Amino acid sequence: MRRDLRQDLPALNEAVATDTQISRRQLATDAIGIGVSAVGFGFVYGLSAREAGFSIVEAMAMSTIVFAGAAQFAAVGYVASGLAWPGIILLTALLNARHLLYSAALAPWLREVPFARRAAMAHLLTDEAFALAISHFRRIGRTDQRGYWIGAFVATFIPWNLATMAGVVLGAQIADPARLGIDIIFPAAMIGLAVGLITGRRELVAAIVGGVVAVGVALATSPSIGIVTGGIVGPLVGLLVPASLAKETAPLGSLESADRFFMPDSHVTPVPDPPRDASGDEAPG
Amino acid sequence: MSTDLVLLAVLMFLVTYPTRALGLLTPGLDRLPKVAFDYLQLVGPAVLAALAAVSVMVVVGDDDVPSFHVGIEWVAVFVCLVIVARRRNLFLGLVAAVALVVIAREAGLAALPT
Repeated sequence: MRRDLRQDLPALNEAVATDTQISRRQLATDAIGIGVSAVGFGFVYGLSAREAGFSIVEAMAMSTIVFAGAAQFAAVGYVASGLAWPGIILLTALLNARHLLYSAALAPWLREVPFARRAAMAHLLTDEAFALAISHFRRIGRTDQRGYWIGAFVATFIPWNLATMAGVVLGAQIADPARLGIDIIFPAAMIGLAVGLITGRRELVAAIVGGVVAVGVALATSPSIGIVTGGIVGPLVGLLVPASLAKETAPLGSLESADRFFMPDSHVTPVPDPPRDASGDEAPG
Repeated sequence: MSTDLVLLAVLMFLVTYPTRALGLLTPGLDRLPKVAFDYLQLVGPAVLAALAAVSVMVVVGDDDVPSFHVGIEWVAVFVCLVIVARRRNLFLGLVAAVALVVIAREAGLAALPT
């Protein structure tokens, strides 16, 4: 018997709608937290960019065109340290390469979305957008495009850009930024972001080696060369940690890694991993 | 008003967008060799740690010679690290780091950066 004809069960489309609405409420709750974080962090980025000599047009261009918080912060540091553009672009490519893991993880869920729309979605794929989207999709067991836009555009892109503008504009009013400790924001933000990406011993080793090598090479040559060298050598040494000792708890692109973007105990993930088809892909729905 | 860095933003976009789009637009890209994925996973922590470490431990003098620096910035960054690790709240970590530096400098316990 068709489910929607039975008296004792809700109609299937009604159940689907209810399921989606409940998950969207959770998504909205999570999105508020992410949005607040984006506002605070975007504001700090604006202050740092201003401090490094970026004009408002340049800072906003970074936030709208690049739209990648860690890479934008890093670019502020690169520009301030006088790193040549090819070096900045190389490091940006390395730093943002992790997005490949996110897009690969989301691909099975968005397979049915029209190509042009997927291309637009890709520009907004950040750590936070991934975290919100993958959690939402797995809760409801299928794709919800509106849910993706809520997480990627409403909760992240808009607050990030408005806060960037506010940071640059208000930063111009601060006469002595060092007195307010603004110079510490950049390294503190970098280490905080690094901590968020450390999900096992390999990442820990890569971070420690990256930092040590960077400082050593920077002292021997220049800060910019040190940063590039540390960023390349650190992961190579991290790979030497045997998989059996890695204790990986939340590989990037997994639901566990998505959960790391939410405040402790604020987020519930009720749906287990989705089934996989014969090729090993996740099978949405 | 300077717009020189807009071109840099465009170039950064050109190396960022493909990593975001390839997985979504190219079927089967998620089947890259495992070692490639493993390397990508480690790049973020290494680059960010390198940036943080160089920012607080290396200063370049007027003679353009880098030198090792020890200061309140180390403590502030460590406090931020601990807060983010325990509370998963980057903004709180940043506020604590800034507050520590401001208090130390106002109290005369740390010098302003030159």
